[in-house]
Amino acid sequence: MTAADLLDFARGPALWFSLLVLFAGSAWRVAATFRLGTTPDLAEPRSTRLLAGALRGIFGRMITKPEFRRGRGFGAVNGYIYHIGLAVIAFGFLPHILFVERLTGLAWTSLPGWVVYLAVGPTFIALLLALLYRMTDPVLRLLSGFDDFFSWFVVFLPLLTGMAAIDGWSPAAAPGAAPIYPGPLAIHLLSVELLFIWLPFGKLAHAFLAFISRGMTGASMARKGAVP
Amino acid sequence: MDTFATQSPLFEDRARAVLASVAAPDARRAAQEFVAQADRDAAFQLDACVHCGRCAEACHFYLVTRDPRHTPVYKLRPMLKAWQRERAPFAALRRWLGLTPPAVTATELSEWSELLYDTCNLCGRCTGACPMGIDIAGLVRRAREGMSVAGFAPADHYKAAQRALDTGSPIGLRWPALKRQIEIQEKETGLKIPVDAEGADYLVILSSIEIVGFAETIGALARIFHQAKVSWTVPSVGFEATNIGVQMGSRDVAAALLSRIVEAALRLKVKYVISPECGHAYSALRWEGPNLLGMAYPFKVVHIVELLDQLVREGRLKTRGKDNRRLAFHDPCQLVRRGGVIDEPRRLLAGVSNNTVELPSPGVANFCCGGGGGVSAIHRAEPLRFAAFACKQQQVEAAGAEALVTACANCRNVLEEAIEQYESTLPVLGLTELIAQYLEPDPPAALP
Ligand code: SF4
Ligand code: SF4
Repeated sequence: MTAADLLDFARGPALWFSLLVLFAGSAWRVAATFRLGTTPDLAEPRSTRLLAGALRGIFGRMITKPEFRRGRGFGAVNGYIYHIGLAVIAFGFLPHILFVERLTGLAWTSLPGWVVYLAVGPTFIALLLALLYRMTDPVLRLLSGFDDFFSWFVVFLPLLTGMAAIDGWSPAAAPGAAPIYPGPLAIHLLSVELLFIWLPFGKLAHAFLAFISRGMTGASMARKGAVP
Repeated sequence: MDTFATQSPLFEDRARAVLASVAAPDARRAAQEFVAQADRDAAFQLDACVHCGRCAEACHFYLVTRDPRHTPVYKLRPMLKAWQRERAPFAALRRWLGLTPPAVTATELSEWSELLYDTCNLCGRCTGACPMGIDIAGLVRRAREGMSVAGFAPADHYKAAQRALDTGSPIGLRWPALKRQIEIQEKETGLKIPVDAEGADYLVILSSIEIVGFAETIGALARIFHQAKVSWTVPSVGFEATNIGVQMGSRDVAAALLSRIVEAALRLKVKYVISPECGHAYSALRWEGPNLLGMAYPFKVVHIVELLDQLVREGRLKTRGKDNRRLAFHDPCQLVRRGGVIDEPRRLLAGVSNNTVELPSPGVANFCCGGGGGVSAIHRAEPLRFAAFACKQQQVEAAGAEALVTACANCRNVLEEAIEQYESTLPVLGLTELIAQYLEPDPPAALP
């Protein structure tokens, strides 16, 4: 198999398969839990503004309340760095947008190249520190298992392979044109596909579960008149 | 009412069956209940943890011991395992791949009895800190259902539940004891305390700790209600407000105990039931009760602090003079953080204090007294609970408080015990009593 064949595979069957697993798996992860159902709450509510409570839960918890900032500040700041960094790289980098456009027809304005390049360094370091922190902190060591380390790996790998593939990309090339180095690009794509395949099964599913969990707690707290 | 009366013995029978489980602990039964407890909302939360460890820093037990096992979400491990094994979204796939987590064992559950009971006040501070919005305290409450029904709750909880079912009170206190206290308070205040008065507006129930340790609260209520012209009564049956069932995590025991209060309310045809100064009693009666009994109440539940605040705002309750000490309010977790009664106690306190100070992280981020969630009823947990009090003690010192005021008799009792352990003399006051102390005196009776 040549590098070009590998790229065809990564752009073709592997991509479609990984997307299928990503969407079907995620849908099942939500649906299987949703169908468990719940019993209606018979206690008289103090407030019926449940949606407002859910939204406060969802958005309010994006930033830790000052009272709870004591301890683990490093983990929190580091977490912001790699979440924002990954978002900048994944959604702001022009080739990624062109790739999505080719697949779906959807496109948006890219960030200037230097912003994306600047985000790579801190993201890379923050992810490495996150791993180190997980391996050395007694609480995180106790909580962590295969899922935690594998999830870290499937996030780190695309960053690494992406850095290797970047050489072959030129902003001047037409979208979909044959890349100069198909091998690294194929490997980068395959690593992203591994992330897609793993996402619904492990803790990366917090990408959507976080909103559901925060929303539910927010609504139930609001019902009692407590702070969501 | 009739339907309810026919259901009551059922609650009682089921509760006694739960207590019998202590004779033969059964890990499989516990696992079944863990899975049953993971309904939609609970399961989404169990599933959302990213193992970030933030909840550890919120929990006073972890903060004082630095034992990683005291990380709040770790306390849920057996429940999580059982759910992942049986009901999680990809449980069948895992089984097919041979990746199913092992079944929970009796040894494991005995170890977790300490983690789920001795080191958790159900205070919900961790819930506030979790970036994923996981209500860890709510999940611990659910996990306790599995533990208690299968014989893994602390022995002290089964004993207290037995006493509560047999006598009406977790410490074995019966009506004659309350009657005596009522008579003493009637003498002290010169006011009649109505007992079993059918058709009264408000039913006053009490906690055993109040009756035994802070009986002046009864006199305080009599004086307050006299001034505010509130029609009220105390029931001779169903007067105990605390609920060991909610603390040990048994819905059956909780329902049996709650049904006695509801029966009293229905019998006396009251419009309101007042939850006394007790955090978990409020939570049991106000938020859990209707769901445990399967009925919306035909009466309303108010916490005494809510009612006092309402009476002050309506101008029916007037105070005169103020306390000059630096008073800090200790927030009962179930009332404030988890019950939504946040501003009322502070408004009331400001009305009778010239010098209110806030502890660091007040209100929804307060530290528990260390004895909530049934911990104060576990004898073996005493050293840990006193150790956990260090968090509160530091806050009291930082604020320079000269006295603590609270609205929960259990908090008050636990705080007093811990303060004594720390060789301090900080007074702890009940809010209701404090208000009564500053009541505007009655105008002199007009001459005939
Ligand atoms: S804070 Fe929340 S997400 Fe983080 S470890 Fe605790 S329960 Fe899990
Ligand atoms: S509810 Fe309170 S005591 Fe229990 S784990 Fe959470 S912070 Fe700790």
